[in-house]
Amino acid sequence: MDPESTRLRDLALSDTGFVFDPLTGHTFTVNLTGQLALRCLKDGLSPEATARRLTEEFESDKNTDPVRDVQDFVLQLRDCGLLE
Amino acid sequence: MKAKYEPPLIVRHSLAGVNKLGSIPAIRPMSSIDGVRIEELVVAYGSPLFVFSENTLRERVRELRGELGRRFASFDLGWSYKTNYLSAVCRVFHQEGSLAEVVSGMELRKALAAGVAGQQIIFNGPAKTAADLTLAFEKRVQVHIDHLDELALAETVAEGLGIVPEVGIRVSQSDLPVPTWDRFGFHLESGRAIEAARRIVRSGRLGLRSLHGHIGTFIPNPDAYRMAALAMTRFARQIESELGARITTIDLGGGFASHNTLHAQYLPGEEATPSFSEYVEAIASGLEEGLDGAETPRLVLETGRALVDDAGVLVATVLGNKRLADKRRAVIVDAGVNILPTAWWYRHDVRPAQEILGTAEPTVFFGPLCMAIDVVRDRVMFPPLRVGDRVVIRHVGAYNVTQWMQFISERPNVVMVSPKGQHAIIRKAETLETLLLQEQMPAWL
Repeated sequence: MDPESTRLRDLALSDTGFVFDPLTGHTFTVNLTGQLALRCLKDGLSPEATARRLTEEFESDKNTDPVRDVQDFVLQLRDCGLLE
Repeated sequence: MKAKYEPPLIVRHSLAGVNKLGSIPAIRPMSSIDGVRIEELVVAYGSPLFVFSENTLRERVRELRGELGRRFASFDLGWSYKTNYLSAVCRVFHQEGSLAEVVSGMELRKALAAGVAGQQIIFNGPAKTAADLTLAFEKRVQVHIDHLDELALAETVAEGLGIVPEVGIRVSQSDLPVPTWDRFGFHLESGRAIEAARRIVRSGRLGLRSLHGHIGTFIPNPDAYRMAALAMTRFARQIESELGARITTIDLGGGFASHNTLHAQYLPGEEATPSFSEYVEAIASGLEEGLDGAETPRLVLETGRALVDDAGVLVATVLGNKRLADKRRAVIVDAGVNILPTAWWYRHDVRPAQEILGTAEPTVFFGPLCMAIDVVRDRVMFPPLRVGDRVVIRHVGAYNVTQWMQFISERPNVVMVSPKGQHAIIRKAETLETLLLQEQMPAWL
């Protein structure tokens, strides 16, 4: 993933998790962790750094794997046409 | 306080989840059965696990008996063994006053072995052997004849025993608002049913006392039963007037829909399925019209699915998650179609067994089989599940524990929960030894 992706930077993200893509007009919803992950990725953080932020900001347990989840989130962004 | 973590998720907005009747229903967890926690049952008996609620079994059959009792002076329910012949389930129905309705020699012997009196057994099915009929006539079982060759065989068996048993004939009908089920019994409209009745009465080797019809399965239209009852009653009167044989029982078989939802069904079963009251009212209306003041015969129903489906659940455990090419989340659970063949007919209601947080998204549930057809539920909005989470597949009490296959794994425990919260195994999980016990090695190998 290109952290400087213009596509991600141009997305409008509300505090309630509403996402607007000005290029296509498509809209999306992100959950709470998705909001933070998307902000981090828009800011150019790597998936690993994004996963660390999620661990810091949310209450997780030993069964969670934020690194894997962020990798999956990046794939979801690609599926949604928001990443090359 | 920090919010609980869930995997990050983005969902594109679409109109696919909305229809004119409203939005997608929320997924509500089902964490206990009659006061017993599902997690406690899985810890005690393993996963996957079938669980039957004795309370629901009794409630359903009492509700149907109540509706029948309000409209009929004489009626019986025959418990449809093929729907679920686990001994504990059968015992509950027999305790509630149900006869046994069997469709094979094995089921007949199972009912007799359970202590059911022959007169309390109805024997349907299209493939009765001489041995089956001999046993049935000796025990005074109510036999319903399916075809002419079986009729000839029944006459021969009866003659050999030196008795004239009272029997019924199975009757199929076409003029109904349901697909024709003409493979069972003698066809009414084409005259084959009256020919069979004439043969029985004129030969005098059997006594004709009942008519049996089974118009289909999962019939969500009560009016089909009104029409079937009307036609059967008129046929009974025809037999009486033409042949002088008095038909004392009209048995309309089963086929009432349960609260499941067929794959092709629009509304969910819990909204669309008629109540017992609606079915029974339709039958009463048809009988009344057909009798036209004549004496009402005893009514028998062999409702199976609608009595037992709601009482059974299958608890499964999440083994893993993946994302498919079409973006759906896929969840792999440890219960597949080998123990849940009804997944091929129904969009089963799947619930989490614990509170789960997170955004619902289109999810497919796969079983553990290495086969593409192993789909437990193909598309349901579901929150994220983690490995080890439990899910509950509802309305699985009918046909699964009789039609399940022993395919690549042992079949699991089946337990029953009592109204007081007791629980016990009613069918033990198979082991490798169970399988090996049936196999033999030829001497030349």
